[in-house]
Amino acid sequence: MRKVGIIGCGLTRFGEHWGEGFRELAGEAGLAAIGDAGLTGKEIEAIYGGNMSAGRMVGQEHIGALIADQAGLNPIPATRVEAACASGGLAVREAYISVASGLYDCVIAGGIEKMTDISTEQAATTLMGAGDQEWEMFFGATFAALYAMIARRHMHEYGTTEEQLAAVAVKNHEHGSLNEKAHFQNRITMEQALNSPKISDPLKLYDCSPISDGAAALVIASEDFIKRHKKEAVWIAASAQASDTLALHSRKSFTTLAASVEAGRQAFKQAGISVKDVDVAEVHDCFTIAELLALEDLGFAKKGEAGREIAGGRFRLGDSPTINSSGGLKACGHPVGATGVKQVIEVVDQLLCRNGKRQVSGAEVGLTHNVGGSGATCVVHVLRR
Amino acid sequence: MTHRKSLSLNWRRIPERYQLLGNECATCGAVFFPPRALCSKCRRKGTLEDKKLGGLGEVFTFTAVRSPPEGFEHQIPYVLAIVKLKEGPFITGMVTDVEPQEVSIGMPVRSVFRRISEDGKHGVINYAFKFVRA
Repeated sequence: MRKVGIIGCGLTRFGEHWGEGFRELAGEAGLAAIGDAGLTGKEIEAIYGGNMSAGRMVGQEHIGALIADQAGLNPIPATRVEAACASGGLAVREAYISVASGLYDCVIAGGIEKMTDISTEQAATTLMGAGDQEWEMFFGATFAALYAMIARRHMHEYGTTEEQLAAVAVKNHEHGSLNEKAHFQNRITMEQALNSPKISDPLKLYDCSPISDGAAALVIASEDFIKRHKKEAVWIAASAQASDTLALHSRKSFTTLAASVEAGRQAFKQAGISVKDVDVAEVHDCFTIAELLALEDLGFAKKGEAGREIAGGRFRLGDSPTINSSGGLKACGHPVGATGVKQVIEVVDQLLCRNGKRQVSGAEVGLTHNVGGSGATCVVHVLRR
Repeated sequence: MTHRKSLSLNWRRIPERYQLLGNECATCGAVFFPPRALCSKCRRKGTLEDKKLGGLGEVFTFTAVRSPPEGFEHQIPYVLAIVKLKEGPFITGMVTDVEPQEVSIGMPVRSVFRRISEDGKHGVINYAFKFVRA
């Protein structure tokens, strides 16, 4: 496999884009990425677009073709990639494979979701398509309900508390307040988090990532291309993916995501590093409990200890590693197909020291962790300067 | 909800949802509910046979859903649980005839036949098992 790097990033603001539709958001992120790479667009040989559910959210399928069309990049091949909330991370991985294998020299990995054109109930139903339609969704499960049941079990087995979960939200809102692209740029207090309305006990409103619109894109190229065009790059040191059962109830454990453990293990091995070498990481905090699982499953915290660590002030900006400097899914927002690509952009910006107020000083190794559904897909990337 | 689901989508699951019909691998003894087409342990070497489950189990974890998906709006708050069935499998289902604060991990439950949801005013009414305190 060839060495592969990232040479351009483009990101829309995450949030409620009443004025812009699916195609405008996709175009904005794609053009920004090509511009950031200092390319014209003619160099792009293929597009991989992560998207979970445009068909249900905006009634539009055939997303690959739409993106190529809107970007003015016909006739290059354009492929939609879907793995629920891990669609973006998987698009990055598919793009990486296409370049590492030698098939292409320069491609775009994008991710997009336009979620606010439907009601909250419709969005909850659509998102639940990432779980088991026949044996979870049929019985009234939502994603908040599944993660609530994980949280309840984590509390039962390890003594994790609602205050510890709230501390994740407080930390990520603090980071989001420094991110001009974030859906929520306000700090919150423990009291606000703990007193917010119950969504699915023990999870409350501030334990949940929001329904957001947004798009993100990367230009990914081979080492040859990067040297030939004299570009600055962040290198993809590992790209790993693992799967698990679609339904939460079929798993051996409900307090660990086996796909995260496996993808993490493979990624550390590929990159030849250990978890201690990571300076900055974006992990999949679709719910506060999910950040605790990610920290434990990837090895940033001992099993059952992540809640106590975060409540004790760890993983904040200034600590090493800094976790979710973008604000995470919680505060930066979670346009599901875009999230995995945004995570990579946040880490690239950290490694290139261009992250302004939330720059982690001296960051050299970064990690992204993107989960689909309740853990049936996990994609992990390791990036290096 | 204007989008209506097809009849066959739920009709084909009636044996499992009405009678708790799962299956068991004669090779390794693993019990599956919902039934699987392939034993996930033995794969090709497994032999699956129908097995009707008794519906007894205990609450392994649970939540009270207050922000519902479509079709469940009138039932909130409702208790959703993962129940560990006596025969081994874990299954997601509602716990009914009980207030959320009365449910706890380890609570013994048994299955009952209940209405689950309605697919809009003109769609199908879905039935299946729920759990009540045993």
